[in-house]
Amino acid sequence: MNGWLAKSRRIRALTLKETRQILRDPSSVAIGIVFPIIMILLFGYGLSLDVTRVNVAVVDQDASSDSAGLVGAFRLSPYFAVTAVPSIVQATTLVMDRKVDGALLIPSDFTRRLRSNGAELQILVNGTDSNQARIMQAYAQGPVAVWSETRAGGASAGPVIVVDRMWFNETNNSRYFIVPGLIVMVMTIIGAFLTAMVIAREWERGTLEALFVTPMLPGEFLVSKIVPYFGLGAIGFVLCVLAGQFLFHVPLRGSLFLLCLAATVYLLVALGIGLLVSTWVKSQFLASQLVMTLTFLPAMMLSGFLYDLRSMPVVIQWITYVLPARYAVSLMQTLYLAGDIGGVVWLNLAVLGVMAAALLAATRWATRKQLS
Amino acid sequence: MLASLLRIVALIRKEFLAVLKDPRSRFIIFLPPVLQCLLFGYAASFDLNSAFYAVLDQDRSPASIALLARLDGSAIFHRQADLRRIDDIGTWIDDSRALLVIQIPRDFERHLLAGEPAPIQVIADGRNSNTAGTALGYVETVVDDFNADWRARQGQPGPSLRIVTRAWFNPNLDSRWTMIPSLIGTLTLMGTLMLTAMSVAREREQGTFDQLLVTPFRPFEIMAGKAIPNMAIGLGQATTILLIAQFWFRIPFVGSFIVLYSGLGLFLMAAVGVGLFVSSISKTMQQAMLYAFLLVMPFALLSGLATPVSSMPDFLQTVMVINPLRYALDLTKRVFLEDAGFAQLGSDFLPLGVIGLFTLGGAAWMFTRRLS
Repeated sequence: MNGWLAKSRRIRALTLKETRQILRDPSSVAIGIVFPIIMILLFGYGLSLDVTRVNVAVVDQDASSDSAGLVGAFRLSPYFAVTAVPSIVQATTLVMDRKVDGALLIPSDFTRRLRSNGAELQILVNGTDSNQARIMQAYAQGPVAVWSETRAGGASAGPVIVVDRMWFNETNNSRYFIVPGLIVMVMTIIGAFLTAMVIAREWERGTLEALFVTPMLPGEFLVSKIVPYFGLGAIGFVLCVLAGQFLFHVPLRGSLFLLCLAATVYLLVALGIGLLVSTWVKSQFLASQLVMTLTFLPAMMLSGFLYDLRSMPVVIQWITYVLPARYAVSLMQTLYLAGDIGGVVWLNLAVLGVMAAALLAATRWATRKQLS
Repeated sequence: MLASLLRIVALIRKEFLAVLKDPRSRFIIFLPPVLQCLLFGYAASFDLNSAFYAVLDQDRSPASIALLARLDGSAIFHRQADLRRIDDIGTWIDDSRALLVIQIPRDFERHLLAGEPAPIQVIADGRNSNTAGTALGYVETVVDDFNADWRARQGQPGPSLRIVTRAWFNPNLDSRWTMIPSLIGTLTLMGTLMLTAMSVAREREQGTFDQLLVTPFRPFEIMAGKAIPNMAIGLGQATTILLIAQFWFRIPFVGSFIVLYSGLGLFLMAAVGVGLFVSSISKTMQQAMLYAFLLVMPFALLSGLATPVSSMPDFLQTVMVINPLRYALDLTKRVFLEDAGFAQLGSDFLPLGVIGLFTLGGAAWMFTRRLS
C-alpha cells in the first residue's frame, strides 16, 4: 500500500517536472501548438494534386473548319488556357522557357487524314516535369471527346459508355485524402521527434544519471516522460480534427470515438519509437537524424499519405508493412472518408496496438539495462 | 590575411574531426541519403502500374466477356473476383480488396447489337482520389479501344482522332526521371541544414562555443569554419545521390557537371546559411532542431517535389519565393535532363545567390551582435 503511494507520488512529481520543462521551453510549446497549426495551414492548403488550369500554346497548321472547331473545344474547356501561336518554333520556345505547360499541334494534313481515317492531334510537353505532362495528357481527352461528339452530330462516342462513380470522394478533391494523412504526420512529429530529443538531452547532460540514484523505477520514469508528451500530441490531434472539420470541410463519416482511439494508439507507437531511439543512441543529433529517417520520412513517402502504396514495387510494399505510419494513414483515411469499416479498422488498430506494446516494453527493457 | 586563412583551415579541420570522428555520426550522414534515395526512387510515383478490380457481370454475353478480356489483357488491371450480388460491390470497395468494381448490366449486349448506347458502371475507391482518378482514366482508354473495334466491325467508323504525345527529355514520361534528380536537392537540404543548425547549438550547449569565442578567431572566421565543412559534406551527399541516379537507376545525365556543381554550390551556401541563421537564434540543440525542422518540412513539401507548385494557392506560391529547394529542384532537373546551361538557369542561380548572401549575412550579424 505504502509502496503504491510512494510510486504514484514519484510519478506525479516527475510528470510535473517534465510538464514544467515543456512549458518553460518556448520551442516545445512551438512544436506542440504552433507547429500543428502551421503544418495544417501550409499543407492543407499547399498540398494539392488538383491542377486548376493548364496553359497551352496551339499551333493550327491546318486552319480548316475542323481544326478551328477542335481549338474552340480547348478554348471552352475550363481546364485549358489557350494561346494561339503561328509556328512550331515559337511554341517550342514557349514550352522550353516554361511560359506554357505544353503545346498542341494540329498538323497540316489534319482534315485530309480525318476523312481517310487516322488524324493526329499532337501534344508536345516538357517531360522534365513528368507529372504535369501526364496531367495535361489526361485533361486533353475532355475537349477532344466534346469535339468528336459535336462533329458526330450530338451522338455520343459510344456505343459502350462508362458511367463512373468515385465513392467516398465524389468531387475528386485531393484534400479529402491529404488531410487525414496530415493528422498522422503531425502526431508522428510530436510523438517521436520531440520525445527523442528530450530524453537524448537528459543523457547528454547527465541529468538521467542524477535521476537514477533516486528510488525511481524504469517504468515510472517512462510514464512520467510519456504523459506530458502524450498531452502535447493530443492537443495537436484536436487542432487537426478541428481544422479538417471547419477549414477544409473533410467529412468525418466514421465515429469520433474510433478516431480518437486510433489517434491514441498511434501516438503511443510514435512515443515508443522516440523513447526507444533516444535511450539507445543518447545523443540529440543522432536521435534526431534517426527519428527523422525512421519515422518522419517514411510517414511522408511510404505510408499512402501522398503516394499510393498499391503503385509501389512489391519489395517496397513489404517494407511498408513494418512501418506504423502505413496502418495509421489507412485507418485515418478509412475512418474519415469511408466510415467504420470493421474489416479495415480493427485489423489496423490491432497491428498498431501490438506495435505500441512491443515498443514500450522494449524501451522499458532498454532503460532498465542502462540502469544496471 | 594569411593568418586568418590558417585559422579558418584549422577550424575546418576541427569541424570535420568533430563530425566524422564518431562512426555512428559518419553512418548517419551518409547511409540515410543512400537508403532514402533508393526507397523514394522506387516509392514516390504517381504512376499506376497495377490495379485490382472485381466484376459484377450480369450480362454474361460474348460482348461483355470480350470487353473484360480487353481489361485483363492490359498489363494494369488484375481481376480479383467475379461477384454475384450487387451487395458484394460495397464490401469489396469498403474493405479495400478492389480499387475498382465494374458492373455490366443485364441487357448490355442487346443494347450494343441494337446500336444503342450501352452503359457500364465503374465504381472506384476514392479514399485516394488521385489513384482512383488515374484508374478510371485507364478504364476509359480500354473502353475507347473496344468501341473503336466494335464500330469498325459494324462497318461504321466513327471519329478517328488520335492524341499523340511527344515529351521532350523524358520520352516515356517516367516519373522516376523527374523524381530522382529532385532527390539530390531534397535529401542534401535535409542533411546539411540540420547538420549546420545542430553543430553550433551543440557547441553552445556543451560550452565549447564560449571557448571558441575567447580565442583570437573573428566572428567571420568562426562562420566560415562552420559553413565550409558543412557545405563539403553536403556536396559529398549530393555526389552520392548523383552516382546512384546514374549507376543504379540509370537515368541519363545529359548536362554539364560544371553547371550542376556551380548550382549545387550556391544551393548549399543557401542551405548552410539558413542552418547558421537558425543556430544563431536558438539556445539549445533541441530548439535548433525544431526550428530547422520547422523550415525544412515546408521547404521540402512545398517545393514542387510532391505536388505541383502551380496547384498551390497564390499566397503560398509567393511565400515560397524564399525556398532555396524550389530553385534547386528546377536547376538539377533541367541540368540533368535538358542540358540547360548558365544562360537558361539565371532565374535559379540569382535567387539562390541572394538567399545565400542574405542568410549568411544575417547569421554573421547575429553572431557579432551576440559577441559584443
